[in-house]
Amino acid sequence: MIKFDHVTHIYTGDREHEIVSLSDINLEIHDGDFIACIGANASGKSTFAKHINGLLVPSEGNVIVDDYNTRDKKSIWEIRKKIGIVFQNPDNQLVATTIEDDVAFGLENIGIEEAEMKRRVAWALDLVGMAELKDSEPHLLSGGQKQRVVIAGALAMHTTYLVLDEPTSMLDPRGRKEVLEIVKKLNKEEDITIIYITHFMSEAAEFKKIIVLDKGRIALQGTPKDIFGRIDLLKELHLETPQITKFARLLSENGLNIPPDILTGEEMIKELCLYI
Amino acid sequence: MFIYLENASYTYNLNMPFETKALDSINLSIDRGEFIGIIGHTGCGKTTLLQLLNGLLEPTIGHVFIDGVDIHQNKKGLKEIRKKIGLTFQYPENQLFEESIYKEIAFGPRNLGITDDLLDERVKKAMKMVELDYNQYKDRSPFELSGGEMRRVAIASVLAIDPEIIILDEPTASLDPQSHASFLTLIKNLYQKYHKTMILVSHNMDVIAELAQRVLVMEKGKIIMDSTPRNIFQESVEQLEKIGLELPQVTYVMHRLKQMGKEVNSGVLTIEEAKEEIFSILKVKKSNNEIF
Ligand SMILES: Nc1ncnc2c1ncn2[C@@H]1O[C@H](COP(=O)(O)OP(=O)(O)OP(=O)(O)O)[C@@H](O)[C@H]1O
Ligand SMILES: Nc1ncnc2c1ncn2[C@@H]1O[C@H](COP(=O)(O)OP(=O)(O)OP(=O)(O)O)[C@@H](O)[C@H]1O
Ligand SMILES: [Mg+2]
Ligand SMILES: [Mg+2]
Repeated sequence: MIKFDHVTHIYTGDREHEIVSLSDINLEIHDGDFIACIGANASGKSTFAKHINGLLVPSEGNVIVDDYNTRDKKSIWEIRKKIGIVFQNPDNQLVATTIEDDVAFGLENIGIEEAEMKRRVAWALDLVGMAELKDSEPHLLSGGQKQRVVIAGALAMHTTYLVLDEPTSMLDPRGRKEVLEIVKKLNKEEDITIIYITHFMSEAAEFKKIIVLDKGRIALQGTPKDIFGRIDLLKELHLETPQITKFARLLSENGLNIPPDILTGEEMIKELCLYI
Repeated sequence: MFIYLENASYTYNLNMPFETKALDSINLSIDRGEFIGIIGHTGCGKTTLLQLLNGLLEPTIGHVFIDGVDIHQNKKGLKEIRKKIGLTFQYPENQLFEESIYKEIAFGPRNLGITDDLLDERVKKAMKMVELDYNQYKDRSPFELSGGEMRRVAIASVLAIDPEIIILDEPTASLDPQSHASFLTLIKNLYQKYHKTMILVSHNMDVIAELAQRVLVMEKGKIIMDSTPRNIFQESVEQLEKIGLELPQVTYVMHRLKQMGKEVNSGVLTIEEAKEEIFSILKVKKSNNEIF
């Protein structure tokens, strides 16, 4: 379990501009949870993600990962073994001189033995479609290729918890679907806890639970149907419903008798088949 | 022709072990005031193409002409031409370099010789366009920001030079849904009212469907389709799927209904158009007494 207990975070890098980025967050994430985190730009999502693996520590309050407090310097390796993370910008995460070494880097750090390491690296690179380029230099890749490599690095770690910060922002549509399928499968088959930050409402709709941040606070949490039913509030929070839900509402408002809270294309097709 | 690529190829690390051919004999002409959308699978050469267009990269073979000038034969011409072109990078961090947001956004217009009050005006106007509060943000470091805030600074610094050609590499990535919508309105306005030439790369098919007037589909360094969004999203579905792309979300729904044997027109791009299509079908069915 990951527990946020009255967590506040203030960025103080620049004294004149102290910024409160998280404000009294209380939250429990349970093993096997499948959570999307959404919210306006600057609402605190990336700051929240960085607190989970102890990259940032709270200015006030505590973050507890299983039995470890992220403040406790001695715990940090234990925590890193439990939490795989994909940062918003892959450039901040690519460190080695070949793609293969990059994916292996985290594994080496936690002392995985060579044969197992090779197996996992090959598996992860294959999964994200980057096996062919394994000997290339990470900084000479296209934007989406970099993102794929960083995702492979986190998958190879095979951690109990996986935190992904807008992991598909630079991927083509198929790549985006593939990543979502991979995390679904890891959650379902191996009970890996997923925390997935996204600005794609259609992606968020596929999770079991959604957490909405607003100005460093948790504004809402619930199932996709709960969250995307609250149209007026979503607007205030700089969010919206998935495109398909907008379509459903438009049809419903114009007199077609279909549920206005449809979330996916497949549901929509089924409903429309009743009429045409 | 305003922009013209003649048989342009680009190879990274030419004659080195990791030689990569990123663009392969591209011929492309773009007229003044066009809105071009570019789509394609990861690594197909989109960013490389944009960098050729603004002169950041020089083609290994072939030529790039802008407003009649071969920009790589004529260095002075290149300098002049680049004042007319604004390019936002795929990852904003790679574009930003100044110590404050004000300086970042003022850099371009200052290079054009704009000073003092006029410069302030430019910066304020650009920040307003991307919805960044001037007083709140002007003195902050562009590197100590959230992803979406950085994206806005990067876009503002390009808009501040008021370029004739606006080139955007995945501009909506990392914008929240509401900013995304305002950004689309802003871009439409620059195109329709100020007649800017727009070149936009995006993996978001809904954005492409809504904005672009002409779509280029790239694969492995080549342009394999060049048509209107309606044509491409209606007639080349299988081909798009084969190369890792898909349809805009409502277009997909209509396409699937058609595949299931329903008589629908799948050439719709927006939810408004899809609604019209659904209700016109229902009207016909009603008058035929097929439904109650
Ligand atoms: N390194 C930093 N130094 C100072 N302030 C920062 C830093 N990083 C982020 N902030 C500020 O903290 C707040 C929260 O930022 P955060 O990156 O967590 O937002 P976010 O929800 O991830 O946004 P986005 O959707 O734009 O990525 C914002 O006001 C931002 O300006
Ligand atoms: N600096 C570089 N050095 C060497 N090769 C590069 C470099 N930048 C890109 N490449 C390679 O050139 C090809 C085209 O890359 P480009 O960045 O143009 O792709 P893209 O279409 O923009 O992809 P994405 O959608 O992932 O951003 C890719 O195979 C990539 O690996
Ligand atoms: Mg973020
Ligand atoms: Mg690119």
